[in-house]
Amino acid sequence: MQKYSLFSLIKNAFSNHQNWEVAWKDPIPKSEYDVVIIGGGGHGLATAYYLAKEHNIRNVAIIEKGWIGGGNVGRNTTIIRSNFMYDANARFNEFGMDLWRNLSQELNFNVMFSPRGIINLAHSDAQMNAYARRGNSMRLNGIDAKLLDRNEVKKLIPMADFSDEVRFPIFGGLMQPSAGTARHDAVAWGYARQADDMGVDIIQHCEVTGFDVVNGKIKGIRTSRGDIKAKKVGLCVAGSTNILAEKLNMTLPIETHVLQACVSEPVKPLLDGVVTFGAGHFYISQSDKGEMVMGGDLDGYNSYAQRGNLPTIQHVLTGGLALFPFLSRLKMLRTWGGIMDMSMDGSPIIDKTHIEGLYLNCGWCYGGFKSTPVSGWTFAHTIAQDQVHELNSELRLNRFSTGHLLDEKGLGTKTWIG
Amino acid sequence: MLYIKCPYCGLRAQKEFSYGGDATVKRPNINEEVSSKDWDNFVYMRKSPRGKHVELWQHIAGCRQWIKVQRDTATHEIFQTAKVTEEIR
Repeated sequence: MQKYSLFSLIKNAFSNHQNWEVAWKDPIPKSEYDVVIIGGGGHGLATAYYLAKEHNIRNVAIIEKGWIGGGNVGRNTTIIRSNFMYDANARFNEFGMDLWRNLSQELNFNVMFSPRGIINLAHSDAQMNAYARRGNSMRLNGIDAKLLDRNEVKKLIPMADFSDEVRFPIFGGLMQPSAGTARHDAVAWGYARQADDMGVDIIQHCEVTGFDVVNGKIKGIRTSRGDIKAKKVGLCVAGSTNILAEKLNMTLPIETHVLQACVSEPVKPLLDGVVTFGAGHFYISQSDKGEMVMGGDLDGYNSYAQRGNLPTIQHVLTGGLALFPFLSRLKMLRTWGGIMDMSMDGSPIIDKTHIEGLYLNCGWCYGGFKSTPVSGWTFAHTIAQDQVHELNSELRLNRFSTGHLLDEKGLGTKTWIG
Repeated sequence: MLYIKCPYCGLRAQKEFSYGGDATVKRPNINEEVSSKDWDNFVYMRKSPRGKHVELWQHIAGCRQWIKVQRDTATHEIFQTAKVTEEIR
């Protein structure tokens, strides 16, 4: 594989950049693989990469209905954080933070990981207490957390509304300085390029139409481009999990919803890290191009449409304006939607299933992007070793029936409220 | 914007309604032995189909009645609405 470097850039400049080799191939599916990963999103690509790299399993195919990076890995708001209260979520995502820190070097692809911090704002004494508790829990798990008072917040985001008339005055906030953002497309492409180099077949425009299960054991999959035998199959299709589960006669603790995001026209550097509003569902960061990247609530009804409706965008931006009045003078560049696997406790599932050789990676709600490396890492381990790793030992499917829920937000099963 | 025909008030904008989830989920009968699996299915398990979905909405900024709506989850098209006591087929 051609290494990306300053030297290779200069070298290719002499041939007008006409001779770069393709980053990944477009192979014809073979009739049999050791492992088939369904879903060529960030998590699927990362899983294939770690299967090849950590477990030396290279006879692997990724089956993608559309094109790689065309789903949620290209639709999210690129936030990376590990500010969780529960041990299972905190340890899992902090392990992921370590993978993020080295990802550009590891993949030889600049994923533009930029740890500029995230601030969750508090607008009442009770909220400050809750954040103090969460911050302490984070620190016990070795994650950096800083409780900020009103003046400290004002120094970091002076453009927020600190006037006396506001309905939800800023009392302070909880900051994770090591959180940040990354370039989402680059994450998908970087994993794809390395996985392809290690022998993984990335098969795009290939829809899975069914599964071959014999005596409770997976034998292969049926696709729009023919049948493919496989010893093991990993489902990595957050947003479409229920559709494939139906083909397997499985019912899962997941509802599928649409989440919208939007960006403004680009402006000069204004906002350093990520800020979340504590009195409504709204978060914002500024991209490297200068666009304000914003998101908030789900549209609030089951949906597989990758688009939402205007009332939700209006509602989210009303919260945005309450926090940052300057937003009223920015033009909106575009809005879009992605479909989410909303699990019934708000935490993901990475587990084996009752079908031998079938593995499940789903339920990412609206927080899948930040977990891309660790999700792939633990899912690859689960598939290769046929057992869960300690990191995903509490992210199992049976936690709903045993009562060991990871309800980080304490919202219950009304996923659309969160 | 979705437009939902409330069986009591007529066609109204989505903003007047709040969502109540899958209307086909049935609570296990009271005063009967209920297995853990049945509770599990009722509380957590959802089919969440792509296509026609019968769901509950409440006309919260109107008559405050709960209603049933049959809607396509892929296109957001609404086919039918009914009172909660009525069947949608």
